[in-house]
Amino acid sequence: MVLKLQLQLFKFGPIPNHIAFILDGNRRYAKQRNITEGTGYRAGFFAVMSMLKYCYELGVKYITIYALSIDNFRRRPEEIQYLMDLMLEKVEGLLKQESVVNEYGVRIHFVGNLKLLDEPVRVAAEKAMQATANNTKINLLICVAYTSTDELVHAVQASCQEKWNEIQEVNANQSQNAEITEEKLELDHIIKLVDIERHTYMGLTPDPDILIRTSGATRLSNFLLWQTTNCLLYSPKVLFPEIGLRHLVWAVLNFQRLYPHLEKEKKQF
Amino acid sequence: MDLGNEVQKILSWTSVCGNLGLHLVWQILHLIINVWYSVLGIARMVDSTLISSGLLKSYNAVNISKVRYLAVVIESEEARQTSKVLELLCWLASIGIKSIGLYDREGVLKKSQEVIIEGLNKYQKATVEGSDHGTLLEHVSFADTLLCHKHVDLEFVSFADSKPAVAKAANLLFAKHYVCTKPEKPTFTESDMSEALQAVGYGGPEPDLLLVYGPVRCHMGFPAWRIRYTEIVHMGPLKSMKFGSLLKAIHKFTKVHQNYGQ
Repeated sequence: MVLKLQLQLFKFGPIPNHIAFILDGNRRYAKQRNITEGTGYRAGFFAVMSMLKYCYELGVKYITIYALSIDNFRRRPEEIQYLMDLMLEKVEGLLKQESVVNEYGVRIHFVGNLKLLDEPVRVAAEKAMQATANNTKINLLICVAYTSTDELVHAVQASCQEKWNEIQEVNANQSQNAEITEEKLELDHIIKLVDIERHTYMGLTPDPDILIRTSGATRLSNFLLWQTTNCLLYSPKVLFPEIGLRHLVWAVLNFQRLYPHLEKEKKQF
Repeated sequence: MDLGNEVQKILSWTSVCGNLGLHLVWQILHLIINVWYSVLGIARMVDSTLISSGLLKSYNAVNISKVRYLAVVIESEEARQTSKVLELLCWLASIGIKSIGLYDREGVLKKSQEVIIEGLNKYQKATVEGSDHGTLLEHVSFADTLLCHKHVDLEFVSFADSKPAVAKAANLLFAKHYVCTKPEKPTFTESDMSEALQAVGYGGPEPDLLLVYGPVRCHMGFPAWRIRYTEIVHMGPLKSMKFGSLLKAIHKFTKVHQNYGQ
């Protein structure tokens, strides 16, 4: 109730529709506190839940988190296995009746090249997406086995395959003389930009308004490069497990301050 | 019933007053934030002056070898200030940056390409000849001005080289791999995509550092394929650019360590 009242203050200005997070600093947090890396990751999970609650109360509709990059698979095998086990544990936990997912009406999406995940994790992820498909209050997009460059390759491939299937279908229904052949195709314009955008992993969601990367790093590390054209980038120095309401509020206040400019840029493109 | 109505009126009035009060607090909060940024601006100006004067010795030697390619993203309205863009380029050249990409969304910089290149050549020539070039290079030592005459590779980029370029690369891959007689269609890889972008003329190096000049820290659509691990630093509006701030940003970049996800 107190949180609701506190956050009421910020609703006099525009509220971002979509906030993305790069969860940087879990291992450094663990090192600083002389605890295991695993405990650091668990602390990071709690921070995600806090951010979810704050965003829900603020009225944010989409939260995206960069949970596991394809690049992260180059880490030690035992660390990757720990992360997979942790993901499985947390996804199963989220589906329990009393979890925050049901309390807040969270719809979960797993975004990325899910074929790269261990089968139990992939199955749990698909189960979570199905189980929460009817939740409408807020969307939590969890990017796993994700990079922007992989996303674009996937989108291009899917666009090519879709166009190819369309041509084959047309040809199957046409007489021989009316078939679409290589000569008749305008090969420069078959695939349009909207086709690629539709096939990106993030294609069904609006672009993020704010991207927060903790630990002070100023790079995007192959995350949402396509979707952040007009996105306010914010890099607080805090390590991710220590991120708090004040950091989120600061990001939102800056978003409100710069909103007229951001909207003007969005409308132009 | 009257009491009930009265209570409702009071509650409604309290709610309206409460809302007005909160709105006022919100406006005061934003006023405080604007004041904060003004104070921060003054502090940065002082910091920049100290750096430019050479008093902060740690900035006197910058390891430029780490900056193989630097991109500058400028908000399109500000990109029309060609003289400011030229000044920035000469500062970068004086620091020793040899490859620079200039991006603005609308392609204003591309349209001014010839003017910018000609202007840069004139300044570089003036430096070599030792003629009066006004206050343009007042922050740079004589030794540094000699660097200004070295060749700088300039690339002009706009939004047309960004998302639309990926669509063109997709069409090339479609033509190459789908419109053919082979029954098995390949699975595209990132290498295929890079090669396709290169083939349609939209390759180009990945910037180590991307400096954003404009009101917002935002990459404004710089080609996504090229900024995977690029450090993105906000420099503020172009009209308020300072040499000291530029040097500080580059110096800070040279201290960054990346583990590329490992």
